[in-house]
Amino acid sequence: MSKMQQLLSDKPRLINIGLRSFADGARQRGAEVFPLDWRPPGRGDAYLARLVALLADDDAGPGAAVAAANRIALQRLSESQPVWVDVQPARQALADMDDHTILHAGPLVAWEDMCGPMRGGIIGALIYEGLAGDPKEAKALAGSGQVQLAPCHSRYAVGPMAGIISPSMPVVVVRNEAYGNVAFATLNEGWGRTLRFGAYDEAVMARLKWMEQTLAPALKKAIKHLGGINVKSITARALQMGDECHNRDLAATALLFKELAPALAAVNLRGGVLREVLHFLSQQEHFFLNISMAACKASLHAAAGLSNSTLVTVVARNGVEVGIQVSCSGERWYTAPATIPLGLFFPGYSEGDANPDLGDSAISETAGIGAFAMGAAPAIVQFVGGTPEDALRFTLEMYEITLGENPHYALPPLSFRGTPTGIDIRRVVETGIAPVVNTGIAHKESGHGLVGAGIVPVPLECFEKALRGVAEAMNVH
Amino acid sequence: MPVKDLIKHDTYQDSVFLMRLAQEISQMEGVQVASALMATPQNKEVLKNTSLLTPDAERAGPNDLVIVVAATSATIAEEALRRAEERLVTIQVPARETGMATVLPRNLDGALRRWPQANLVSISTPGPYAAAEALKALKRGLHVFLFSDNVSLEDELMLKRRAQESDLLVMGPDCGTAIIRGVPLGFANAVRRGTIGLVAASGSGLQEVTSLIHNWGGGVSQAIGTGSRDLHGEIGGISMRMGIDALQEDDDTKVLVLLSKPPEPRVASAILDHIATACISVVVCFLGGDPADIQARDALAATTLEEAAWLAVCLSQGWDMTSPLPSEDLSDTAAAQRRGFSPEQRYISGLFSGGTLCYEAMLILQRVGRIPYSNVPLRPEWAWSPSRPVASDLILDLGSDEFTVGRPHPMIDFRTRLAYLKGAGQDPQVRVILLDVILGYGAHPDPAGELAPAIADAKDRAGAEGRSLAIVASICGTDDDPQGFLAQKEKLQRAGAVIAPTSAQAARLAVAIAVDDGAGGV
Repeated sequence: MSKMQQLLSDKPRLINIGLRSFADGARQRGAEVFPLDWRPPGRGDAYLARLVALLADDDAGPGAAVAAANRIALQRLSESQPVWVDVQPARQALADMDDHTILHAGPLVAWEDMCGPMRGGIIGALIYEGLAGDPKEAKALAGSGQVQLAPCHSRYAVGPMAGIISPSMPVVVVRNEAYGNVAFATLNEGWGRTLRFGAYDEAVMARLKWMEQTLAPALKKAIKHLGGINVKSITARALQMGDECHNRDLAATALLFKELAPALAAVNLRGGVLREVLHFLSQQEHFFLNISMAACKASLHAAAGLSNSTLVTVVARNGVEVGIQVSCSGERWYTAPATIPLGLFFPGYSEGDANPDLGDSAISETAGIGAFAMGAAPAIVQFVGGTPEDALRFTLEMYEITLGENPHYALPPLSFRGTPTGIDIRRVVETGIAPVVNTGIAHKESGHGLVGAGIVPVPLECFEKALRGVAEAMNVH
Repeated sequence: MPVKDLIKHDTYQDSVFLMRLAQEISQMEGVQVASALMATPQNKEVLKNTSLLTPDAERAGPNDLVIVVAATSATIAEEALRRAEERLVTIQVPARETGMATVLPRNLDGALRRWPQANLVSISTPGPYAAAEALKALKRGLHVFLFSDNVSLEDELMLKRRAQESDLLVMGPDCGTAIIRGVPLGFANAVRRGTIGLVAASGSGLQEVTSLIHNWGGGVSQAIGTGSRDLHGEIGGISMRMGIDALQEDDDTKVLVLLSKPPEPRVASAILDHIATACISVVVCFLGGDPADIQARDALAATTLEEAAWLAVCLSQGWDMTSPLPSEDLSDTAAAQRRGFSPEQRYISGLFSGGTLCYEAMLILQRVGRIPYSNVPLRPEWAWSPSRPVASDLILDLGSDEFTVGRPHPMIDFRTRLAYLKGAGQDPQVRVILLDVILGYGAHPDPAGELAPAIADAKDRAGAEGRSLAIVASICGTDDDPQGFLAQKEKLQRAGAVIAPTSAQAARLAVAIAVDDGAGGV
C-alpha cells in the first residue's frame, strides 16, 4: 500500500507540534496524539531552526552526509579501548613541548585575561620548573611573551581546573587500543591547596617534586609490570557502583588501587617508596579522575576530524570562556563566556567567592559519563540539591541531545540502558537543552582551592556558533 | 493601580493557551488587566502599549514566559499570578517514560524514539519555524498538516516537491482544516463519516461544505486541505493533485469535491484535466471561476459553497440533483427587518473570520451590482485600509495577516471582531452587519457567547439613536460540534441576530435587507 493510501486507511497517529487545542480535538475524535514539549529551536532564531532542519538526518544530500559521518563518530567513540600504558615527563610525551611551554585548561587565553586560579597555576609552574625564583619574577616572565601558552587540548592532553602542564610534570599516557591514538593528563595532586587551584606555596612545590621524582617512576614501573590498565573496564564497573566518574570517583579510585597495589609491591621499589606511594594513593578520592579524563580524550579524539560529523569532541573551560570543538571542524574553538556553576558551597564560602567555570574535566560529559551518568550516582545529587529522581532526570534529558547510547556503560537504575553518548550540536540547538557538567567550584583568587561543587550548563551559544560554522563549511544555508 | 508580574524563564507555551490563561485570570474579581505571553520583541511592544511592561518583563527574552496582572490591590494581583502558575503546572502532559523520572521529548526525533508508529505531524508553530519542522517530518517519512502561515512560497514548493517524491502529503502551509478518517486537524467540524471526499485550498470553505454535508444528511470520507496557495502558478496544485489521486483510490470515497478560489488558469486546466479521467463523480467549486471549463470535463460546477455541498449530498444519496437545496424563505425575514432605518443607512458591514466565506460574500454582493470594499478586495480599486473610510459596503477578512499579527486567529480570539462590530454598529451609514460564526474543534469554545452581548449592545445603541440595525449571521458547524449548533443559534437569536442556514444565504439576506425594495437578494 502506498504511503498516501496508508494515510487515508487508518485513524491518524499524530504528533502535535504547536497549538495544544488542536491535539485536544483530534484526541476527542479518536486519534492517538503524542505531545511534544516543543519550543522554538535555536532559542527563537529562525535561521538556526532552518539549519537544524537542513542538516537533519536524511537519505540524500547534506543530511545523509551528516548521518553517515555521525554513525561512524558514535561507533568510534563507544568502541574505543582506552588503556593506561605509561607515565612520562610531559616534555617527552607531548609534541612541541619545549622548556618554555606551559599548557592550560580550556580554549587559548592570554596571560592578562586569565582568571586568578590559572594565573596562580602558571606562576607555580614557572617556579616549579626553576624558570622564576619567586612569584614576582614568574609574573614578569609570564607576561613577557617568552613563555609559550597553549591549551592542553592542542597537545591531546587534559588537565582538571587550571589544568597547568609544564615540561617536567609527569603525565599519564593513555592509548586507545582500538584506534591507535594517545592522550595525556597530569597526575592528580589530591585535595586542599594544589596547583590546579592556583596554589604555589612550598608544600605545593614539594608535593609536585615528590610526584615527579617518586610517584611517577613507581607508577611507571607498576604499569609496565601490569602491561597497562584498561580504563574503560574500570569506568564501566564504577558506574555500577555509584560513581559517575567525574565528581564522584570513589569506587573507580578504589578499583584502580586494587589493581595498582600488588603491582607496586611486585616491582621492588626502593626503601620507603612503596609505603609513601600506597599512603598517597589511599588518601585519594579522585586519583582516577585524571586518568579517566585522558581516557575520555583518547576516545573522543578517535572520533575527531571526521568530515560532516556534528559530534562534539571537546568541551573545555579556562575560567573566562567555555569552548567546544566539533568533529568536522577539527581544532577550531566555538566559545562563549563561562558562567558560575550552581551548587553547594563549603562552610564559609558562597557564590561570591566562586570562579567562573574552569577546567578540562568536562571531557567526561563529552564522552558520555559524569553528569550524563548522574542517574547512576544518586549520592551526588546532594550537589544539585535534589533527589535521586532529579539525578535520573539529568541523565534522561541528555538522551535528547546525544547521538546514541554507549552499550559498554550500562546504568542499573535505567534497566541497564547505556549512558547518553555523543553530544550532537544539531540536537542541542534544536531542543535548547544545554549539556550539563558536574564540576568542582574553584575560588576566584588563586590558591584557596575548592569552595564547592555543583553543576553547570555548557552555554548554548557555543553550539549555536558551531552550527553556523559547520553549516557554512558545508555550504548549507 | 498595582501591577505584578511573574516571569518563567525558558518556558514555552503556545499563544492560544496563553490567551485563554490571561482571559481566565482577568475574570477574577478585582483584576483589571491580565496579559500572558512569550517575551518576544513584538509582544513586549504590546505590553508597553498597555502600560504593562514591568522592568522584569523588559529584561525577559523570547524564551521567557511573562504574566503581568494589574489589579485593584497587590494582594489580588499576586493571587491572580498564583492561580496562573497553578494552571501552568497542571497542564503538564502525562509521562510515557518508564522509571521514576520522566522527560518529555522536545523535538520530533525524541517523539519518534518513543512512538515510532506516528504517521502524521500537525504543525501550528509560529510561521518562521514552521517550514523547518515540516522538512524534518518529511525527512522522517511522515505526512504533514501545516496550519502555520507566513511560510515563503519557495519553502512551500521545496516541501511539496520533496513530499511528492516520497509519496507524502503536505497539507498547507496556511491549511486551516482537514478531516482524516473522522479525525479533525486544525479547525474542523464534527461531521459524520460517509462517501464524500473533498480536497480544498480553502479552510473555511471546507468547514462550510463539510458542515452542510453533515447537516443535510450526507457524510465525509476524507477532507484534505492543501493550503491556500496550492493552486498558485508557482506551486501548480501539487497537493491537490495528490489528494485527487488518493481519493480516487480510496475505497470509502464515491463522490469527489474540489474547492478553491479561482486557480491560475494554467493550474485550473491541469487540475481539471486531472479529473477528466476520474471514474467517480466530481463536483468542482472554483468560487468566481468559469463553470464552462468545469462542465467541459464532465464535472458538476458549483458557484457557491452551499451548492457544492448540496450537489455532493444528492450524488452520494442518489437524490435528484435538480431539486432545490434546503433554504428558508428569507424574503419575509428580510421584509420584517427592513424597517426603522434612516435614509443614510445603506451599507453592509461584513466582519468575517473565515477567508473563503468573506470571499463568497463579496462575490454575491458583486453579482447584484454592489461594490464591496475590502482588505482582500475583488478588484484593486476596491481596496480598503483603516486610514481610508469608504462610503460603500465594507467586507473584512479579519483572519488576514494585518489583523492577526501578535494575536491568535479571529475564530479563537474575538477582540478584533468585537471592536469592529462596535464601530460598525455606531456607523450611521451601516444598515446590516454580516457575520460568520465558525464552530468546531480548534475554534473558540463559545463564539456566540462572545458575540451575543456585543450584538445586543449594538442594536440597543442604534435604537437609542433612533435607528434600526440588522445583524445577519450564518453558523458554520454541526450539532455534534463541541459548541452545539442549536445552542449557539439560540444564543445569537436571543441577542437579536438573524441566522441564515448557509453563508451564501446570509450574504443574500444581507443584500435583501440593504436594498430598499428588497430586490436582488433572496
